Order: sequence, then C-alpha cells, then structure tokens
Amino acid sequence: MAYADILAAAREEAKSTSLDTLDMSDPKYFSAGTALPYFERLRKEAPVHFQPNGVQGPFWSITRYKDIMATDTNHKVFSSSHGITLAEPRSEELKAPMFIAMDPPKHDDQRKAVSGIVAPQNLANMEELIRSRTIKVVESLPVGVPFDWVKHVSINLTTQMLATLFDFPFEDRHLLPHWSDTATTLGTTEAELDAREAELQKMLVYFIGLWNQRVNAPPKTDLVSMLAHNPATRNMPPREYMGNLILLIVGGNDTTRNSMTGGLYFLNQFPGEYDKLRANPALIPNMVSEVIRYQTPLAYMRRTALQDFEMHGKTIRKGDKLAMWYVSGNRDTEHFEEPDRFLIDRKNVRSHISFGYGIHRCVGNRLAELQLKILWEELLKRYPRIDVISDPVRVPSSFVNGYLSMQVKIPA
Amino acid sequence: MPKVTFIAYDGKTTTVDVPDGTTVMRAAVDNGVAGIDGDCGGQCACATCHIFVEPEWQAKTGSRNEAENAMLEFADGTQPHSRLGCQITVTAALDGLTVRMPQGQH
Repeated sequence: MAYADILAAAREEAKSTSLDTLDMSDPKYFSAGTALPYFERLRKEAPVHFQPNGVQGPFWSITRYKDIMATDTNHKVFSSSHGITLAEPRSEELKAPMFIAMDPPKHDDQRKAVSGIVAPQNLANMEELIRSRTIKVVESLPVGVPFDWVKHVSINLTTQMLATLFDFPFEDRHLLPHWSDTATTLGTTEAELDAREAELQKMLVYFIGLWNQRVNAPPKTDLVSMLAHNPATRNMPPREYMGNLILLIVGGNDTTRNSMTGGLYFLNQFPGEYDKLRANPALIPNMVSEVIRYQTPLAYMRRTALQDFEMHGKTIRKGDKLAMWYVSGNRDTEHFEEPDRFLIDRKNVRSHISFGYGIHRCVGNRLAELQLKILWEELLKRYPRIDVISDPVRVPSSFVNGYLSMQVKIPA
Repeated sequence: MPKVTFIAYDGKTTTVDVPDGTTVMRAAVDNGVAGIDGDCGGQCACATCHIFVEPEWQAKTGSRNEAENAMLEFADGTQPHSRLGCQITVTAALDGLTVRMPQGQH
C-alpha cells in the first residue's frame, strides 16, 4: 500500500480507536509514519493521557504545546535524572549516565564543559569547513540515476561533522553513525541486548584511547579534550563517559541527519513550497526552522515526576513517567496555524518545540541550523529540483523520528 | 512612549519606541531588531534574548529571577550584567534604557 493510503486509513482508525489501549510508545506508529492523527485525537480529547500497559511500561502522554512547555520548564517537579527515554536499563550496572539525564547542579556543570564547542565564535570558525565539505558531497551526487539520499547526503555530512567535533580519526568515522544507531536500537531479546552492550563497550574502548591521548596534551577545542580537561568531567567513571558519548553522538548525528532527509521529502510533498524556495533562496533560514518543526527528529523526551502533580484534572503520581511529545506539540493548532502544512515562510516557526525548552534545551541547535542552511544553499545553486521517487523507509522507533533510506533522483 | 536603544555586537545602534508594559525582548522582535531571537516567546525557557544592561541602568532594571539565572547559566559569554530581555518590562521609568547584544544567541 502506498504511504498516502496507509495514512488515510490511519486517520480513520484514529477517530474511533479506544484511548484506553492507545500506546504511542509503540514503534509501529513511527515505522509506518501514522502517529500524527492519533496525537491529534489525544490533544483534543485526552491531553494528559495515561497508558498503564505501554510497551516500555506505564507512562503519561503530554501532547499539547503549552503543557509540554510547562512540563519542560518545571525541572524541579519533572526530573530528567531517571532517564530521557521510556526504556529502562536492564540493571543498575548497565546504566550509562549522561548529562541530559541529570538534574542540576551536576547537569549544569557537565553541560558547560562541552557547550563552548557550539558557541557563536566557534560556529563562525567552523562555517567555512562545513561549506567546503558540503560542496564536495553535493557536487559528487549522481545525476539521472536513483540513489539513497540518507546514505549519500544525510549520513555522509553528519558523520563528517561529528568526526570534526570529536577530532575523531577521519578514516574511522563510519564507526560514529554505527555506534549512534547501536545506541538507539534497543533490541528485544537478551541476545540483541547483549550484542548492543558489546558494541557500546567497543565504542568506549576506542574513545578511552582518544581520551588518553588528549588528557596528557594541552587542552583544545574538541569534545574529548574538553571532557578530559574540565574539572566537572575529567574524573567521570567509564560508564558516565560512555553515557555522555552516546548523548553527544546521537545528539549530533540522528537529529540533523533526519532533518536533512525530511527537508527534501517535505519539499517534494509540497511542490508549491519548493517553487517558493527556488524563487527566493533568502527563505532558507526560515525554512530550516520549519523543517525542524515539521520533522521533529526526536519525537519525545521523558521526565519523571518527583511529586504528585495535577494537570487537566488528572493526577500524575510521584514516580510516574511522562513523555512530552514534541512531535505532537509542533502540530498543535493552539500554537501554529494550519500546523500540518509545510510552510517555508511560516511566521512564528522559531518557537517550534523540537529542541526542547528550559535547561535541557538542545545545546547544538545553532550548529544544526547552520549545517542545514549551508546544505540548502549549496543544493539550490546546483540543482533546481531533486525528486523523491519512492516513500522513505522510516526508523522503527518512537524516540528517533527519522528515515533509514529515501530513494531520490536528480533530473538529468 | 518610552524609548529603548539596542546596540548590536557590531556596534549598530537601533532606538525604538516601546509601549508601556512591553518586554525588551518583544520590543526587539516586533521592531525587527536583529540579534535577539526570543525563540520561546517570552517563557524564560531558551536564553535567546540575552542582553547586557548598561551599568547606569542596572539599578532600575532590577536583578535576575531564579529561572532567568538558570537559563543564563548556559548562555554564551554571560556577564554579571547579563539579563534576558523577556524578563524586563519597559515602563516610563525605563525610558532611555540602553542594552547591548552578545555575538550570537544560543
């Protein structure tokens, strides 16, 4: 069945499905690309929705823009320190602490250890390198034959960027997206979970090698050196180093990758917007924000209630897990007019919620925007049109909202 | 109507009329003053309206609240006189207020 038909069927199903059994943490809605109609129903009828039998345990769904904002900024009640995804680690020993999943003050100190890498001056310094690499990738794309956009453009560019941020050996850079995918693919059987853990151990060993080089050298501006020299992170236990590496690798990889793919997909779904862009490339920065809103590359972040809390007449109990569904808040008609339209000149688009808000707001947001802006500037200069020739294959995850592959063709 | 002057990182100066009760962030965004983003719409949740209050105005603008302090912890180049524009409401008492902007909002 074509995606358009699958989505139409989901729209019908979403109207009548039982809210008691609706479990938005089930990856099936995301692999099929059908989650949005269900979130629309939740926003309307059950904005604070409890699912006792979620595939990753009981959890609340927060789906309206304003409620997500209120939850995200209330870090004293809604803690990150129990994890930022609904999945639980198999055991205490297998936990990999990362600063996004910490509360102040430890979160603050560790975040500050690395945030300088994406400070305005550093971004300005990186722009030329990003542009020259983007040009190289864009100019080498095949013309007149189908190819996978995800592999040739999105993964290729984000991997090069990530290698630079870590000052990671460039010839081994393919390992970075491999580890990123490993970290976000949870597996269900014991064997799969063991295999995942073994791969992440390999990642840790590799990065301990880099740490040992950098810790004895003068400090420089790469993430490993910054972690190795900062008082807040230099004595991290190995599992915590692993956790922070996963955070920085996934954060710097999956998100931008999927916005690079989503952008081209949306322009193909809304050809009038593609026309608008060709006529006025000055719209690129605004379009980049719209792509990030429309894609919402991380569908949710989890919080855990530290005390009982009332919202819309429901009582969230101390210890309960909540999913703040950014992917839903970004389609809330209370905040965005005609939210299901992809509009590259949308007025209030910078207030999209894809980066989160409050103290855990995405640290790499400006770098992500810069990478996307440069990509579209260089693409438009060379190719007035790139056609998506089949529906993309989506990631089977309710957390990473993205694409495994997307076949495209540049007209000869 | 009170006037507020914005001095960009590159030195460009813009003075705007600000209706009583408007925040400094809103005044910048509504008048298209480049260098202030205000992404979260004034919820004190993003630190993209980071400004530096000129010394002679600090007593009148008051000091940071707790949420503002938490957000400024993560802004780039935070100084003792850093504030979030969304947390300063312009009144007649602030007529003539001058603020400077950082290199970028983050």
